[in-house]
Amino acid sequence: MTGALRLAVALLAGLLFGLGLAISGMMDPAKVLGFLDVAGPWDPSLAFVLGGAVGVSALGYVMAAWMGKPATAPRFDIPTTRTVDARLVGGATLFGIGWGLVGLCPGPALAALTLGLPSIGVFVVAMLAGMVLFRLTPGMTPRTGEVRR
Amino acid sequence: MSAFLSPLVGGLLIGASAVVLLLGNGRIAGISGIAGGLLGPSRRDTLWRGAFLVGLLLGPILYRMQAGHWPEVRMEASWPMLIAAGLLVGYGTRLGSGCTSGHGVCGIARLSPRSITAVAVFMVVAAVTVFIVRHGIGT
Repeated sequence: MTGALRLAVALLAGLLFGLGLAISGMMDPAKVLGFLDVAGPWDPSLAFVLGGAVGVSALGYVMAAWMGKPATAPRFDIPTTRTVDARLVGGATLFGIGWGLVGLCPGPALAALTLGLPSIGVFVVAMLAGMVLFRLTPGMTPRTGEVRR
Repeated sequence: MSAFLSPLVGGLLIGASAVVLLLGNGRIAGISGIAGGLLGPSRRDTLWRGAFLVGLLLGPILYRMQAGHWPEVRMEASWPMLIAAGLLVGYGTRLGSGCTSGHGVCGIARLSPRSITAVAVFMVVAAVTVFIVRHGIGT
């Protein structure tokens, strides 16, 4: 029962995320590049996506502190590492170059698969290949869930 | 909707998604982590990750049912450029343990110094990349 509930929660969260991306304009690479092009005819509107999302999300973390544990799981799975290291900065740099080249980040790229555009498909296949390549790099393991509380 | 209202409403929904996943399942709504986690040998979180991605793909369909058209996707990049950018985004988000959602939406909200640093770095690097492509090289 908890398992089914957990899946329903994940499905609902994905649906809200995909709908939010579609409404926000983040799925339009031309708009994203217009936001990143601060030296051109800058379009700051996408800052409201991050602002709105962070505002609501922050309320979630406050509520999480009150709740103690999530509805369907024994504990919150939140990274507690706080040290900034070369790997973090290097990864963010590579991601930033890729994002700036075409204007797609992982969420919008995956959500846009639904539209069936070949160019989105090419990007997503390359992105997944990049993720697999990371796994194949000697000494590299994903840090997701490395530290728990 | 006005130019700023749609991004704000979309952002609020994305934030709501992060809250639902956090308070419901105790997990962070980081897309690169959720997708990347499916590509490894561990099958531990396969089901909920899959359910989240199915929802993500259904989102634009729900949008179309309401709006009457697909969300706009304008992209001019060549295939070699798409492949290079895709590889960088995939590899970089795994190396840096997050993307716009995990570090941006969730990380900033919980005031993680790592996430705030990552967001600052990838925003500045992306803006510099756009500057070089659009204004730096005489195209």
